[in-house]
Amino acid sequence: MNADTVIQLAHGGGGRLTRELIESEIVPRFGNGPLRGLPDGATLPSPGERLVFTTDSFVVQPLEFPGGNIGDLAVHGTVNDLAVCGGEPKWLSLALIIEEGLPFSVLGRILDAVRAAADACGVTVATGDTKVVARGQGDGLYVNTAGIGLALPEFDLGMERIREGDCVLVSGTLADHGMAVMSARQNMDFTDGPRSDTGTVHRLVLAVRGFGAAVRFMRDPTRGGAAAVLNEMVEGRELGILLKERELPLAPATRAVAEMLGIDPLHAASEGRLILICDREVAPEILARWRAMSEGAGAVCLGTVTRDRGRVVMETVTGGRRLVDVPRGELLPRIC
Amino acid sequence: MNYIDGFRNPEVAAQFVRMIAEQGRALAGQGRRVRIMEVCGSHTMAIGRYGIRQLLPENVELISGPGCPVCVTDPGYIDTAIALAGKGAILATFGDMIRVPGSDSDLTACRSGGGDVRVCYSPSAAVELARAHPEREVVFLAIGFETTIAPVVSIVEEALRAGVRNVSLLTAFKLVPPALHALLADKEIKIDAFLCPAHVSAIIGSRAYEPFAAAYRVPCVIAGFEPLDILYGVHGILGQALKNEARVENQYARVVRPEGNPKAQARIARYLEPVDASWRGIGVIPSSGLGLRTEFAAYDAERKFGLPVRPGRQHAGCRCGDVIKGKLRPTACALFAKVCNPDQPVGPCMVSAEGTCAAYFKYTLPEEKRGGGK
Repeated sequence: MNADTVIQLAHGGGGRLTRELIESEIVPRFGNGPLRGLPDGATLPSPGERLVFTTDSFVVQPLEFPGGNIGDLAVHGTVNDLAVCGGEPKWLSLALIIEEGLPFSVLGRILDAVRAAADACGVTVATGDTKVVARGQGDGLYVNTAGIGLALPEFDLGMERIREGDCVLVSGTLADHGMAVMSARQNMDFTDGPRSDTGTVHRLVLAVRGFGAAVRFMRDPTRGGAAAVLNEMVEGRELGILLKERELPLAPATRAVAEMLGIDPLHAASEGRLILICDREVAPEILARWRAMSEGAGAVCLGTVTRDRGRVVMETVTGGRRLVDVPRGELLPRIC
Repeated sequence: MNYIDGFRNPEVAAQFVRMIAEQGRALAGQGRRVRIMEVCGSHTMAIGRYGIRQLLPENVELISGPGCPVCVTDPGYIDTAIALAGKGAILATFGDMIRVPGSDSDLTACRSGGGDVRVCYSPSAAVELARAHPEREVVFLAIGFETTIAPVVSIVEEALRAGVRNVSLLTAFKLVPPALHALLADKEIKIDAFLCPAHVSAIIGSRAYEPFAAAYRVPCVIAGFEPLDILYGVHGILGQALKNEARVENQYARVVRPEGNPKAQARIARYLEPVDASWRGIGVIPSSGLGLRTEFAAYDAERKFGLPVRPGRQHAGCRCGDVIKGKLRPTACALFAKVCNPDQPVGPCMVSAEGTCAAYFKYTLPEEKRGGGK
């Protein structure tokens, strides 16, 4: 191995190799905006409005998985966090912690994905940082992104605004990211296996800004899946949620892997989906708008808000009812 | 997935529920209750996941049996596994085992403390690990019922074939038929019928249940794990009960043959021999387990490292034993959902996804949870 093919510890040392790394990998992709000239910080125009600010770290293994890689995931994750807070994403920071030995080819593909995702979302990578840690001290690459967005004035979002009779909408199939990563991690070699849904939801949010206060609350069901998000909404409250198993949107490959591993797809992560609670009056119109967009083509109404104190319940395909609990600990496959 | 959806058809399910309700009324007319034990943990899980218990008449009860391999693993087994990790071995295990409480600790805590514990999805990973780390010992936590046993002993077969010597099994294999014998012989337990396991039966065959049906006069119905399989199974059991019959009925004929799987049976017999086994909460049942034959002692972790599994200690208030025997509904245990929950399991039935207590905790609505003991 040599400096041409893999990252060395010296690439983080602040000397010549560091400069080469920045100039060969970062500047060509991100050096045209606020990063031009590599200042220590980005100077941004003040929009004079309320801002939304968030940060998220990404440690996914493997770094590349069917449907995406840690690069686009890191952009989508932060953009989506801004979006579900009712923000229009504008700027991102990008911090890389690279493990010695990571091939340049892999780093290049990941940074290409960052660039492509940022362009597609209309956000600018405004500042960043690169560190290198010794072999064995990281899993190839960790990425942190922070994001700033403009708060959209039309929204008045809050869990406390959810009411009985509201509809629970989801913008597409669930659990695709979780099952894609889990099957990639275990080298399960499928033809047409599950693919991560990593993608953005901010256009879905922009599409419903006109509904104002009829949109009560939004969340992206990442870690912990839909079950965690829905339980959080009703925990300790007079309200509950009733889901219909027949309405659960699941891609065939995702469902097959979940069945094989004995994992509840409601517990597995999505990375490009939006769960939205709204007044039932506006639900059909929101679904129609979403379904006209590529990222919302699979949108459905999953269920409704009930007076079932603090409980998420699912009506099963057999007509029985069961509790939808929050996932506990790691997702572990069953023994048989 | 079309194949699965066929066995989850809501209209057919509703039809079965109506027929079962009729059977329930007819039995009630004779003043009868029917207690059906579902032996297998995957049945327990599916019953919870599809809310099937609530679809049954009041006088038809489903009670959960000892068929979760994780739940019946003795705490002393975990103690030995932890000791092996302490000696530097790589422990390779199926997922659910890592949170099973031993006498003082569990494998999750062992891993956090530096123990090398790897979760695998397939037994073949054990031999691959051994090849990748020739300087270290790899111990596979070999638990399971008949379904799991044949693939797990293939580790020994593969290691012999490839000349890999740094892999071994810590065995706690268990057999279903001896456990059923023990349950039926216990006068304190009242079981009117068995919903027999799907995949265990694929190995042992439907004939394996004939002695029970005849000797104890209990209907034995083998059913698959899909919701319609289970409803059909219950329907079959109630049909026999109404006619006062006690037969083995194989409703899972798409997988289970009368003679079982001779190839798997031959592999099991080649490497393993019957041993007395300690079932957590039940105690030692003669010839209810399988251990490696002496000629394969080099692949038996207990013998290889001189660390025999000794009975461990369990929490004094834990009643997993009574739950496994179907004597106690999980909700009637004083620890249930108070000090024992899936985040902090006290007993093994709360650990495994297939554990009876975990299934109750996870899927049961609070009004059902309030139901008392039996």
